[in-house]
Amino acid sequence: MTTRIVELRKGILKKNDELAAGLRQRYTAAGVLVLNLVSSPGTGKTAFLELTLRELRIRGSRVAALVGDLETDNDARRLAASGAPVRQINTHGICHLDADMITNHLEGWELGELDYLFIENVGNLVCPSSYDLGERARVALLSVTEGEDKPLKYPTLFNSADAAVITKMDLAVPCGFDRELALKNINEIRPGIRIFETSAKTGTGMDAWFDYLAVERNSRK
Amino acid sequence: MHELSIISSIVESVTESLAAYPGAQVLEVRLRVGALASVVEDSLQFCYEIATEGTPLAGSKLVVNVLPVVMHCEPCGQDVTLPSLQSFRCPQCGEPVADLRQGRELEIESIEIEENP
Repeated sequence: MTTRIVELRKGILKKNDELAAGLRQRYTAAGVLVLNLVSSPGTGKTAFLELTLRELRIRGSRVAALVGDLETDNDARRLAASGAPVRQINTHGICHLDADMITNHLEGWELGELDYLFIENVGNLVCPSSYDLGERARVALLSVTEGEDKPLKYPTLFNSADAAVITKMDLAVPCGFDRELALKNINEIRPGIRIFETSAKTGTGMDAWFDYLAVERNSRK
Repeated sequence: MHELSIISSIVESVTESLAAYPGAQVLEVRLRVGALASVVEDSLQFCYEIATEGTPLAGSKLVVNVLPVVMHCEPCGQDVTLPSLQSFRCPQCGEPVADLRQGRELEIESIEIEENP
């Protein structure tokens, strides 16, 4: 009997990372800008995305969305009202989307015919941070009703984000939302990140968001 | 849910590696987990025994080596270790730091096995 130590140095999420790298290549080759929207349940990802899809279509952009939830296709039906192609991914208990689910649900879609693809992740501020979906930018959303310290409570996710969106700004005053503190906390966890202060109800702050999308998309070409 | 799927990946990956050592028994599986990996050691340990039952990893010990977050500080010109996840600022000069050098690792470092001669 001999014992020995075998060095492995294997990434545990290697399979997901490899699939995500393949997706990233496909997105780049197709010239589609892909964004991964993450937040807690109830932040307003779907409302924010409804407005984003509708407005981008009015502006002549070709958009599509994948939306993840444990159960129901309620969000897909809401988003499809914009006229954009939308597919629901039901994870049946799994707390995040992974690159394999994305690959499967993209089947039959011609990515070259899209300008933007939005992926609305499962509402969860923990697990989605570990799963690369091949996106160009990860967007973390935070609503004024959730508390200004959310970024401090969930640093692993906010630190992995490329942009942050504060939602429901129309409720900021009734909620006693401390805007300065929220901005400070986001910057403490992800220094220098782009932050958009929005309301899907009033449309406030959306123009800056659309400008950002256009710049990101053009910088790919 | 998340930790369970991570253990399943570990079982799959270690089982693959064991093909080179027929008849070997796994004593220990050692992981490197960055502080930003969104994985909690307690949860991993909690489901390890159940999730490895009936696999070549059954009865083995899971050792989790947690790695602190290391960022590169431009003004200081060096890598610095963050004392907590509450502030991404250089602990020496106080400037914000965004250039991550360590902290998202999630990997199997090594396994200890017992071979039958």
